[in-house]
Amino acid sequence: MSQPDRIFIKGNEAIARGALAAGAKCFFGYPITPQNDIPEFMSQAIVDAGGQFVQAESEVAAANMLLGAAACGIRSLTSSSSPGISLKQEALSYMAGSEVPGVIVNVSRGGPGLGDIGPSQADYFQSVKGGGHGDYKLLVLAPGTVQEAYDLTIKAFDLAFKYRNPVMILADAIIGQMKEPVVPWTPEHRDPNEGRTWGLVGAKDRAPRLVKSLFLEDGALAGQNLKLQAKYKRMQSEVDQELFLTDDAELIVVAFGSIGRIVKSTVRKLRAQGKKVGLVRPITLFPFPADVLLGLAKQGKRFITIEHNMGQMVEDVRLAIRTVADSDFYAQLPGTLPTPDDFEEPILKALEG
Amino acid sequence: MSMYQDAIIAGFGGQGVMLIGNLLAYAGMDAGLNVTYIPVYGPEMRGGTANCTVVVSDDVIGSPIIRSPVSLIIMNGPSLDKFQPMLQDNGILILNSSLIDPAQTEKNRVQVFAVPVNEIADSLGNTRMANMVALGAYVQATGVLPVKRVQDSLVSVISAHYSHMIPKNAEALQAGADYVVQHGRYA
Amino acid sequence: MTQELRVTNYPQVLTDRPTHYCPGCHHGTAHRLVAEALTDLGLVENTILVGSIGCSVFIYNYLSLDAIESPHGRAPAVATGIKRARPDKIVFTYQGDGDLASIGMAEIMHCANRGENITTIFVNNTVYGMTGGQMAPTTLVGQKTTTSPSGRSQEDTGSAIRMTEIIASLGGVAYAERVAVNTIKNIKKAQKAVRKAFEYQVKGLGFSFVEVLATCPTNWHMTPLAANKRIETEMIPYFPLGTYKDVLAKEEK
Repeated sequence: MSQPDRIFIKGNEAIARGALAAGAKCFFGYPITPQNDIPEFMSQAIVDAGGQFVQAESEVAAANMLLGAAACGIRSLTSSSSPGISLKQEALSYMAGSEVPGVIVNVSRGGPGLGDIGPSQADYFQSVKGGGHGDYKLLVLAPGTVQEAYDLTIKAFDLAFKYRNPVMILADAIIGQMKEPVVPWTPEHRDPNEGRTWGLVGAKDRAPRLVKSLFLEDGALAGQNLKLQAKYKRMQSEVDQELFLTDDAELIVVAFGSIGRIVKSTVRKLRAQGKKVGLVRPITLFPFPADVLLGLAKQGKRFITIEHNMGQMVEDVRLAIRTVADSDFYAQLPGTLPTPDDFEEPILKALEG
Repeated sequence: MSMYQDAIIAGFGGQGVMLIGNLLAYAGMDAGLNVTYIPVYGPEMRGGTANCTVVVSDDVIGSPIIRSPVSLIIMNGPSLDKFQPMLQDNGILILNSSLIDPAQTEKNRVQVFAVPVNEIADSLGNTRMANMVALGAYVQATGVLPVKRVQDSLVSVISAHYSHMIPKNAEALQAGADYVVQHGRYA
Repeated sequence: MTQELRVTNYPQVLTDRPTHYCPGCHHGTAHRLVAEALTDLGLVENTILVGSIGCSVFIYNYLSLDAIESPHGRAPAVATGIKRARPDKIVFTYQGDGDLASIGMAEIMHCANRGENITTIFVNNTVYGMTGGQMAPTTLVGQKTTTSPSGRSQEDTGSAIRMTEIIASLGGVAYAERVAVNTIKNIKKAQKAVRKAFEYQVKGLGFSFVEVLATCPTNWHMTPLAANKRIETEMIPYFPLGTYKDVLAKEEK
């Protein structure tokens, strides 16, 4: 029963391969654990694919290289882990402000500060709330399996160009370091000239194009911000989540990424014991599946949010259901490794109310 | 009940524990099962010890990280100290008895298979294949996969440059399995 | 009665609009040198301009080119990304001394050292102009600024950084030259240098760098004429003009 179409790779490599499948032509990075497999893989693979690899002098520079390459309408990405993502925020703000599409991968680790190199979800806030200066949003996709890491990276490029906005893949050290079978695939219909209406190529037989985020004229910055906000509203149509045994559940567990998949095992085990629990695993963190949660809340279900941090997404869960319900919270502590057993007690406690 | 097996494989850096972890996972994948593999990485690896966790199941795998494994492959003393207490009651422990005294094991709580993997590998002509002997013993003791299945997946983990070593590694896997058949549990 | 001396013709790529620069500022001259070089070499339609932060942030208003604005100091990184994405395009950064030699020191050094096939025009006027005359990394010892009101103290703040010398020492650099635009003679030399920098990029020789010593009459609290004179009396003695690296120089001789 051999399945030759499956390859066995780390999440990090799946992200890199997904980017290549999506047509990425430029990669800019800097070494940081636990994402080093991505630049290491790309240093050969993207060059073989006719693209460019640059090991930048810093995360700051890598992100600004992404700004430049992406402003030319070329599919490009950078990857890093939490402390490095902090350094990239400057360029991300410029990319959002000047509407440049690009993909940023965060294989996040524990913090604050140097933290550790273990898995963590403590970058939720800096991912979904903007992260740098100014009013802006990134589209944020959170894979829960290695296959999803591959698939969502392809989707990230499509969304980036659809909305001319930076898109973040928010993974963690579990998704990045674990290996799972992946069925690789290549998207079929991709416009080879995407970006031709706005990308920088030289002003030949037309007015010059300007990629900028400075708006000093009266009312111009307000106008730009209103335009961005309208775009963020349109992005709401991209919301995506996994619903697992929610229909008859009395208690909904909300968890994303690696914790989402691990909690799923806990939910399955508790179901076998007759406990009516279900799982909502947000796949898009921005846009957030607020309507789905509200719908479940209106059915009278109760909630517990589980995260590998001290409580971040739970704020968005509470915001979503605030008119009818509230959510408990359980923290998988920073610097610890989660297993399904860890979540039984808090879920049972929440179920008993 | 669905098929499920997890293992923590641990030893010194250079003993090839990551390689046999990968091989076990590949064999599981090639058998059409779901598998996960997660290594330790970064500074944790610098101290000269290495370990990885493999899960093989015919159901969706939740956690790739296991706190209380159902089985262990232990290649050196420090790894026994670290992981034996976590092994589930009646779990399977493959022990490198070339380097570790089996008397240190909790043989009444868990199922110990003491295999002199270095000597067996030496007798086949290459000490470095001790890891394969251990994995052969493991698949025999657990029954997780046929030895043949694991042998057939060697090509996935041994680079083309060393492909001439595949028959010898297959032999080492078989030798480990044979040892378990002949000697059974350590009592 | 003054006599108008026509040094060059008006290049098309220069937009026909008054600049926001102060009277006596050399940015306009430096813009024009770039415009002339791109026009003479037939590169206008193929060029991407990477602006920076400082008084020249609005350079895209004066040069009719596809352009991008970069964060403070990051222009060489942004230019790297552009050149890697579009290797067939001519890419240049236009940066001031605060942008290039302070907050952007890492980016310029590594861009040059990698030998990115781009051109950097570095306008050094020894002061942060846009923010109101604060001390810059190229401020001369003793020079008064709003953050060194008693004059720059070497003891506390070091001395002015000579960028062209540093850049010339890096492996990936094809051409590094320091010029001034305070006299017609110097403008003529500067014209050649800027042109050469772009020619080297066209030839794919690596990173090319031209430092332009420039006035800032407003923040120097000088008349344009006095500022022009300071270039000669204070700046050139500390920042000597000339070619610091030219990978083709030997072959030419």
